[in-house]
Amino acid sequence: MPRLPITKTPKVYVGGAFIRSESARTFPLKDAAGNFFANIPQCTRKDLRNAVEAAAKAGPGWARRTPYNRGQIIYRLGEMLEARKADMADALLIGGASKSAAAKEITATIDRLIYYAGWADKYEQVLGNVNPVASPHFNFTVTEPMGIVGLLAPEEAPLLALVSLIAPAITSGNTVVALVSTAQPYPAIVLGEMLATSDLPGGVVNLLTGFRKELVPTFATHTHLRAIGGVASADERKAIKLGAADSVKRVKLSKTEEPVDWFSGKAQSLYDVRDTLEFKTTWHPIGA
Amino acid sequence: MTSTAPAAFRRLFNEIGPVDYVGIEERVAKYTTRSIKKSSKLFGLKLATSMVDLTTLEGKDTPCKVESLCQKALSPHDDPDIPTVAAVCVYPAMVKYARRALGEDTPVRIASVATAFPSGQAPLRTRLAEVKAAVSDGADEIDMVINRGAFLSGEFQLVQDEIAAVRTACGIATLKVILEVSELETYDNIRAASFLAMRVLRPNDFIKTSTGKTTLNATLGNNQVMIEAIRDFYLNTGTPIAMKPAGGIRTAKQALQFLIAVKETLGDEWLNNTRYRFGASSLLNDLLRQIKKEKTGVYQAPYYFSEAAESY
Repeated sequence: MPRLPITKTPKVYVGGAFIRSESARTFPLKDAAGNFFANIPQCTRKDLRNAVEAAAKAGPGWARRTPYNRGQIIYRLGEMLEARKADMADALLIGGASKSAAAKEITATIDRLIYYAGWADKYEQVLGNVNPVASPHFNFTVTEPMGIVGLLAPEEAPLLALVSLIAPAITSGNTVVALVSTAQPYPAIVLGEMLATSDLPGGVVNLLTGFRKELVPTFATHTHLRAIGGVASADERKAIKLGAADSVKRVKLSKTEEPVDWFSGKAQSLYDVRDTLEFKTTWHPIGA
Repeated sequence: MTSTAPAAFRRLFNEIGPVDYVGIEERVAKYTTRSIKKSSKLFGLKLATSMVDLTTLEGKDTPCKVESLCQKALSPHDDPDIPTVAAVCVYPAMVKYARRALGEDTPVRIASVATAFPSGQAPLRTRLAEVKAAVSDGADEIDMVINRGAFLSGEFQLVQDEIAAVRTACGIATLKVILEVSELETYDNIRAASFLAMRVLRPNDFIKTSTGKTTLNATLGNNQVMIEAIRDFYLNTGTPIAMKPAGGIRTAKQALQFLIAVKETLGDEWLNNTRYRFGASSLLNDLLRQIKKEKTGVYQAPYYFSEAAESY
């Protein structure tokens, strides 16, 4: 008798656990050849709400870690990806990538993680400052993480673009709720499994699969999200700007119609870390 | 006395009937499946807000902290549509500060835990003196703890005599009897203790689940055992007893589930703050948050509401 296949149920990584959508809905994912591959959770605004709660819970602890330790953990995530390259390559092949394209994307992703891991204990020296003032005071500008950051990953480069958005945000102690590529969600499912084994505390990175039309409005209006980043279409950008105005959140979006070259050296930058930082300036009398 | 305990329990259980553990668990599991949306959800959230006994019972309570708690009790939110809470619940030493903050003519009642809360392990005359002091300082309601040691060793008469003595000491103040369900061990014992207390209480006095100072607090299960005891007692005697679950109810969702239990077990007569209360501190902020969410359609950050512990 032939052995029955044991297929994996893809689940998303939220709050350090692998969950189905609370709605119990899924959408079918087909591989590049058009054959059914798996049912992917179709997350709802309630899943987004739960993810934000999880991110809020994890946030203070993550922000309190030493920058050095955050760097170590992000580096460790790079190690996890390196060790499981083959799994990730298979996940990218489902979306139609060639073997060499998959290998290239994975390598670039690991390098990106290592890049931000290096910045973790250095961005403060570059972005913070001792300001010259005309009175007997020290005047310091120091950075603080904003809090919970919502990210909208583009459809292309389902692994590299996602990680390029997540890494700079968590480097400085923010937590993240990300909506991953709808067309190619599977690499993000596998990434979740690597996050779970990378020493990253549960809830720091939360990944949602689902439809942008259902989730973007809630990303826009949820007042607990302090910033929105990623890639959005013209209509989405409008909705997000309106929602963000009411809840006073920072918005920095690339345009879907002007694709970003995620492989370029320009897709990684200290300024991407700065995008999710608040700056605090304090005065302290000299000699006191 | 220990040797007579099984006999005493057996007699009491025979009188009041046993609790079907599996039945209770099955029943309460169903409460979490009700779909309460839109206007009925808003109604439930506002009702729950009006039932909150806003509580602070910490060694570090100060007069100023109690004052700010009273302010929050009077106006939980800047939305005038949101009702005041039912009561503030404080230690006896803080009652006079609460009275000063709330004034004499106020919709918010002052409840005070007395009788050597939370253990109850003090001589009866000390406990009664504490009750009288709290009432004379201005407490409208007294939360007492039962003598669990006496209950577990089968000295039911002693338990009831003490409740009766405290009831007398209360005068016109409402009495709430804390059974401390986590120390009673079984549902049968919770039902038994409920009946012992109810038999000496006045109409609209309360039985209350717990002190909030132990690991296990109010659950839908022990709430169900107690409201079924209230129902059976009411059907037999016509005396309505009120109910207060306390401790462990932190989210609006939980509060709505408790209200569903009340609605389906005791009916509308109990859906008001003279017959049902929530002993809680962090619940109020979550209720406000969900009310705001229902009204605006937008998920709210917890730091938009006062005294949120978390600022991330």
